[in-house]
Amino acid sequence: MKTTTQLAGPLCGAAIALTPVYLAPAWAQVADLPGGPAVNQLNLTPPASAIAADIEWLHWVMLIICAVIFVGVFGVMFYSIIKHRKAVGAKPANFHDNVRVEIAWTIVPLLIVIAMGAMATPIVIAQKDTSNADLTIKITGYQWMWGYEYIKGEGEGISFMSRLDPAHRLAADSGNPAAKDDYLLRVDNPLVVPVGKKVRIITTAADVIHAWAVPALGVRQDAIPGFVRDNWFRADRTGDFFGQCVELCGAGHAFMPIHVRVVTAEEYTAWVRARLAEMQAAADDPTRDTKNIWGDATGLAMQPAEVTAARR
Amino acid sequence: MSAVLDHHAGHAHDHPHGWRRWLFATNHKDIGTMYLLFSFTMLMVGGVLALGIRAELFQPGLQYVNPELFNQLTTMHGLIMIFGAIMPAFVGFANWMIPLQIGASDMAFARMNNLSFWLQIPAALILVGSFFMPGGAPATGWTMYPPLSIQMGPSMDALIFALHILGASSIMGAINIIVTILNMRAPGMTLFKMPLFCWTWLFTAYLMIAVMPVLAGAITMTLTDRHFGTAFFNPAGGGDPVLFQHIFWFFGHPEVYILILPAFGIISAIIPAFARKPLFGYVSMVYATGSIAILSFIVWAHHMYTTGMPVTGQLFFMYATMLIAVPTGVKIFNWIATMWRGSMTFETPMLWSVGFIFVFTMGGFTGLILAMAPITQQLHDTYYVVAHFHYVMVAGSLFALFAGFYYWAPKWTGVMYRETRGRIHFWGSMISFNITFFPMHFLGLAGMPRRYVDYPMQFADFNAIASVGSLGFGLMQVYFFFWVVLPMMRGRGERAPAKPWEGAQGLEWEVPSPAPFHTFETPPKLDATATRVVG
Repeated sequence: MKTTTQLAGPLCGAAIALTPVYLAPAWAQVADLPGGPAVNQLNLTPPASAIAADIEWLHWVMLIICAVIFVGVFGVMFYSIIKHRKAVGAKPANFHDNVRVEIAWTIVPLLIVIAMGAMATPIVIAQKDTSNADLTIKITGYQWMWGYEYIKGEGEGISFMSRLDPAHRLAADSGNPAAKDDYLLRVDNPLVVPVGKKVRIITTAADVIHAWAVPALGVRQDAIPGFVRDNWFRADRTGDFFGQCVELCGAGHAFMPIHVRVVTAEEYTAWVRARLAEMQAAADDPTRDTKNIWGDATGLAMQPAEVTAARR
Repeated sequence: MSAVLDHHAGHAHDHPHGWRRWLFATNHKDIGTMYLLFSFTMLMVGGVLALGIRAELFQPGLQYVNPELFNQLTTMHGLIMIFGAIMPAFVGFANWMIPLQIGASDMAFARMNNLSFWLQIPAALILVGSFFMPGGAPATGWTMYPPLSIQMGPSMDALIFALHILGASSIMGAINIIVTILNMRAPGMTLFKMPLFCWTWLFTAYLMIAVMPVLAGAITMTLTDRHFGTAFFNPAGGGDPVLFQHIFWFFGHPEVYILILPAFGIISAIIPAFARKPLFGYVSMVYATGSIAILSFIVWAHHMYTTGMPVTGQLFFMYATMLIAVPTGVKIFNWIATMWRGSMTFETPMLWSVGFIFVFTMGGFTGLILAMAPITQQLHDTYYVVAHFHYVMVAGSLFALFAGFYYWAPKWTGVMYRETRGRIHFWGSMISFNITFFPMHFLGLAGMPRRYVDYPMQFADFNAIASVGSLGFGLMQVYFFFWVVLPMMRGRGERAPAKPWEGAQGLEWEVPSPAPFHTFETPPKLDATATRVVG
């Protein structure tokens, strides 16, 4: 780990980094990560849920309206800058008021924002409607990993922790990580959900506030210690979708990614059966760690209090 | 700026010299100068922290700072820029210009003014010194959300103490400005003849008095949660972490208008001067400023869309936030209508002002997009937000401050800056600013979270571009200090006439350049427009 003293040269650091390293950057060979970020992606992640598609549509509409206003307003400004300059002999007019114009440019923007609000409202209401879920999963944020518990629906009783692949953390520390498409996004246990089913997530946290987000699924929800919040998503295609913690939660904030694997109903049933059998086997194991309340087959899980204590 | 001349030697109200002049300063011009130099120093400190952030983010992997220090850099960059650079800079402008603009002899409470300034110094030392405390500086982000803030080391207490001091300083400064504006205007300077800079500062000062105590409450409760067993925000004792966010943003949103309203005032002075045409829609400008100030109190939870509010709350804050676009739009339209059919020249203050309108409006549009609660479900806490608030804080507040500097510094120092250097500073800053922050929109849309010390490699190129841009932007400000500010302070350059700008209006141009130590000692007699002294 680096120390404070290494702050000494950020300025010259940037200059040094500019020259030899940038000529052959490791990440030059990185490709798009389907369901995660694309190389030099310019817009929102391609949607994999109706909500994400709605958000993408709304963003396009907003972008176009703003672009039209921008071009209009600054067209007028730059026309004025070119035509009404002293250098081309413009003589100043002396008007400084025009009630009609002023009312017009108050009312028209008001109407535009009302129209924008009207377009956004149904999406807000849809986002907030967590009723009639097929599957309910409780998501707990820890410093710095995610805990998943399937609490209602097929797979009820499954619980496990999901952590960043430690090799990625070590690669980050090395200062010169090798090119990987899923750099800082690979986890040991992805969250597995069936396609086309409404998944309600209930978020909370064990220590500080975290936030669970998967851009492709259009879901983002703070995980607040001592409280539960909910949100939902319904993936419309199978695949792997990635996200990251989006509420500053301490030193490991950048190192607690989210990986959601969306599978077909049959694959999901098979996964649930295998996972439950694994957990049963672990529970029957006479050598098991009795403090392992998570029943995690990997045996890596700790109790929340221990997790917190270990991180202090 | 120390070039302020003393035309009143032997005067009954002679002032101390040497270090006493500054330590015991009661003159609004001296205090304004100190505020401006202080804020520029803090701009450099905050800028170095920002370059530390950008150096680390130049390429994937951890090269220069560890994650703990990175979080400390982001936290202190934000706090120092907001409380140390932008706010004191505007207070410096207020000190210098408000008495000159309203024909007052000084600020209403000269000694309180001294205290307001000198309180900033220990607070700044504590803020910067927190890096050297055990565990380093606070690493919570400038928003100081609990329970993370409860986990922090002793520097969190130092930060809370520093913010209390700064809050006291701001409140005293605000009271001073309000009393000065309401009580010390020259006869004939009615409220609706005041320059807009005074109007915007009047609203800003009320916002400060209203919200700084709210911040004080939030951070005091954090302090007692940390040390005295209370559980306002600590869920371990039944507290609610989200309560802090509500209180913080009830302060925080008006705070961002504290940082931008005086900028509107500066731009409203410069555009008419260089268009040689009166400001369009003066009265609507005043009402738009007031509307923005009032609306700022009912939009705070748009910073909290992803905390899980009820649907009605989400909708209310979305609608209220979008309403702000209306008065802000009025301001933009008024400025462009002022330029329309004017006779424009583009000296450096005008360049910065036009640049301000252009780039600030982009920040306004991204603000409108972020106001949409559904879209924020994709963009909250991503680099899109970082791009947005740097477009309004840097391209807004800071660019307006530069515009104001080039416009009024000839009055302060008595010399003109070199036009070529002003242009270099403007174009260099404008270009490097956009290189730094425009790619952040893409990063945010692609989902890169803010406050991340390391990122997936797909984000590498835009981060590298932003880092290069930030270095350029930093160097332009160094250039500004050594090639523009320092020569003016030393009095090197062409002598400035009392009114160096052909189209400038207002009482500040009625006194000589540099402005003498004492001005308007007896109330001036004003003409009907309250822009000229008639004897």
